[in-house]
Amino acid sequence: MKRRAWFRSSLVVGTLAVVAVCGCSRVHKKAPVLHATAAGSALVVSSGDRQLAPSGSPLPQPLIMQVNDNQGNGVTGALVKFSVPAGVKIDPAEALSDSNGEVTANVTLGNTSGRYVLTAMAWNKAGHPISVQVPELAAGYQEELGYQVQRKYCSRCHDPESTPEQVSNHDNLAVPPHSFDQGATYNKLSDADLTAIIGHGGPALNLSALMPPYGSTLTKADIQAVIAYIRLVSDPPYQAPGLVYAKQ
Amino acid sequence: MRALNKLWNSWRGLFRDPIQPFGIASVLLLVALAIAPAKDHFSEWHYYQHGYLRLIKNRRDAAVLQRHFEPGIHQIWLPDLGVVDRCETCHLGLTETSLGDIKMEPYSRHPVIPHSMQQFGCVMCHRGQGVATTVAGAHESALSSDGPILPAQYSEASCGQCHHAPLEGTPTLNQGRFLLARYGCVRCHTIKLPDGTSMQPADTPPPLSHIADKTTREWIYAWLRDPKSYAATATMPNFLLSDNDARDISGFLIANSVPEPGDTATLKPPKAGGSVDPTAGASLYGESFCASCHAMQNAAGNVVGGDLGPELTAIGTKVKPEWLTAWLRDPRNYDAGTPMPHYRFTDQQLALLTGFLESKTNTDLLANVHLDPATPAQIAHGKKLVEEYGCASCHEIRGVAKPDNYGPELSQIGSKPVAQLVFVKGMPETLPAYLSTKIKHPRIFGPGLHMPQFSFTPEQVDALTTALLSLTDRSVTLPAKLQIPTPQQTDYEPAGKAGQLMADLNCMACHRINGHGGTMAPDLSWEGSSVQKQWLDAFLKNPNTLRPTLIRRMPKFNLTDEERAELTDYIMTAYQNPDIDRDAMPLSGYSPDQVEHGRELFYGKYACQSCHMVDPAKDKGYIGPPLTEVGSRLNAEWIYLWLKNPQKLRPGTIEPNHDMSDDDARALTAFLMAQKGAGSQKTGTRTASVSASGTKGAGE
Repeated sequence: MKRRAWFRSSLVVGTLAVVAVCGCSRVHKKAPVLHATAAGSALVVSSGDRQLAPSGSPLPQPLIMQVNDNQGNGVTGALVKFSVPAGVKIDPAEALSDSNGEVTANVTLGNTSGRYVLTAMAWNKAGHPISVQVPELAAGYQEELGYQVQRKYCSRCHDPESTPEQVSNHDNLAVPPHSFDQGATYNKLSDADLTAIIGHGGPALNLSALMPPYGSTLTKADIQAVIAYIRLVSDPPYQAPGLVYAKQ
Repeated sequence: MRALNKLWNSWRGLFRDPIQPFGIASVLLLVALAIAPAKDHFSEWHYYQHGYLRLIKNRRDAAVLQRHFEPGIHQIWLPDLGVVDRCETCHLGLTETSLGDIKMEPYSRHPVIPHSMQQFGCVMCHRGQGVATTVAGAHESALSSDGPILPAQYSEASCGQCHHAPLEGTPTLNQGRFLLARYGCVRCHTIKLPDGTSMQPADTPPPLSHIADKTTREWIYAWLRDPKSYAATATMPNFLLSDNDARDISGFLIANSVPEPGDTATLKPPKAGGSVDPTAGASLYGESFCASCHAMQNAAGNVVGGDLGPELTAIGTKVKPEWLTAWLRDPRNYDAGTPMPHYRFTDQQLALLTGFLESKTNTDLLANVHLDPATPAQIAHGKKLVEEYGCASCHEIRGVAKPDNYGPELSQIGSKPVAQLVFVKGMPETLPAYLSTKIKHPRIFGPGLHMPQFSFTPEQVDALTTALLSLTDRSVTLPAKLQIPTPQQTDYEPAGKAGQLMADLNCMACHRINGHGGTMAPDLSWEGSSVQKQWLDAFLKNPNTLRPTLIRRMPKFNLTDEERAELTDYIMTAYQNPDIDRDAMPLSGYSPDQVEHGRELFYGKYACQSCHMVDPAKDKGYIGPPLTEVGSRLNAEWIYLWLKNPQKLRPGTIEPNHDMSDDDARALTAFLMAQKGAGSQKTGTRTASVSASGTKGAGE
């Protein structure tokens, strides 16, 4: 008797609480349903992928997707839907392509740092879905610091792009350095390897002496931050080795 | 006994069966007793803790994570900081390094930050209600002074509560603070910092007391209507004035202006027959490096140049030629506080530059401006408007006093309770949304508002909002040991005759000396220890740039020989590092072997050629200054000490500290001192060092 009362009462109170929580906190707003008037055969990123922004903030440029026919011309009126990982906001989440075949969406990144992969979807004439993965990069404090540090100390040589404000030294070097997004190069190096190269210069790992040592110039935190930045921007993405556990 | 019987009867009358009420009462009691454990069992935090356990159950690192997991409410209590945070009750993975792949809240790992959570808690940075144990209570409630949770976008604001000096990892906050000073926000809104100082403006609004010497009423009218119509980069905001208001203010400013002797100058017309090269003016503009500070639209339509002074794209439409000539001759006469240097232009140069700048016009700007002479009533109304809009907060205007605290004080705006804010219909009712909307559209909050319309980019609005959100109650009440104050400028001014000359040339608008001055050009505090006297003298005569990739460069002032000697002597004597004896190592006379050893180190072990050039034919390094003539420029002791620890001589310089041995540093110094430049370069460095040591005494 006693136990049953316990269960029943807790069940009743619990159900009530759940109903109350669900009823109060979730009010769904229905967006008007969009009907595609055309269909393309390809979906491409026009611009706005792989942008770096502080976590939780909007991307500086909108994400523009383009729906093309098989000649590569934009298709007007095709439906594009975005699905985003938890924490990411996109506006609009679905839209019809404009006269250039383009769909423009504003993206706000999630609150944790790291790589967010958005998925854009369109449908071809046969109704089969075409999906494209669009990575965007959210910098936390450490990655942001790394970005600032590498911009001051590293990018003049490591970034081959020249601007009037900052002329690149990349092509002046006998052994051109690797751009930080070259995952094929950097993903092979462990954090300890990168720390050694940054701290003691290229010769620490039998690489070019044109890479000078920064161990006595940058703090440990700065070097870790630069590595975090390199890991964030690397393409293909960096897979952390993870913890190694003994077999049971 | 009768009484008892009566009671029993009435009891039976009420309940018929005497046992039933006991049953009902005990069930009610049981239910009542069950409420508390049920509430606990179905509480939100319990739900999230179960969710966490489900999440980690099948992971490879489950064993470790489960060992770290402790059920129940977790709390960080920091009495010093007024922090009682129970956030970790639900946010269970914050310190789990292996959860880097989890982006689902509330289980994600906290991004790496330089502080520990146990030291500062959560609410210090994220705001919200630390003691609450429900999602809504912790995140959305505005009950305590911390208000609801701060959107992650503005997180840098929290760093600014303690860090009042710029931080490398908070670019948004730094930019916001810079903009508050650069756009003169703090001229109307006082911002007091916890250390008792106030944020100082970093703009230079011109005085308006003699404005009729400089420009016309028509231009003032067009400018007041919309500053951007004259210059795309105008920093003055748009006051959204009506035509009549702009007419009256321009009328007042012209009527109020008094001519100042020396504000205008007319040059003798050039000799007849003497043909002037039409490009000479443009060349002089380039040679004088006006573009270091002033922007101008180029043929491609891009605005190119610095932003220290005003944009000059349509300067010919703005200023009168006779004023421009007088200004170029000596800008301090018109505006004693201008950062513009006193170039010593010759009359011919003045004529060339005035002609060139006057040709930069925008004929559309004033095409439709026709103003009748202002009536006394209009002028009086204009003065009233000038007072109403607080023009004198920024500009010096004859007869109008600078208003005190024209706008509301913003010292603790970042903690303003939402209840005290007035929102516009349709906007999110939060403080960050209020601040950014106010910056974007200051006048939509009601009639009678005077805050002008700026045209900030979305990034700049975010930066300003971040900087304002950092001004919290908490930042004032934090223990003093946590406060990292802004580096205060000293009030150093160079003394004597050379000091007057330096003030006249406005050296400190760009150069910093002993903690005072600009940051655009190198710090000169130890220049006397660093450079050789002959080089300095030649440099002041003709400042050829050390870094050819820079847009901003030192302009050439037509200094007389005496002025140059005065300046050189002063810099060489007054600006020395007390720890450096610049004559400790000779300028030349190093042994060829040592020079050769230095060369090997330069190109081999230290690979200096990645950033520096010694042999322009071979080396391509473009980051540091070229070293082709470094042996005639720098003192050997300075080079030696620089090689040993560059940051000690110039904090923040990007040349890495190589932890060089004394021998290596000495050999490299010998090699670098052998780079005497020009003529001797061709014959190779080995012979150069010999010939240099032959012609110059070591005791120089």
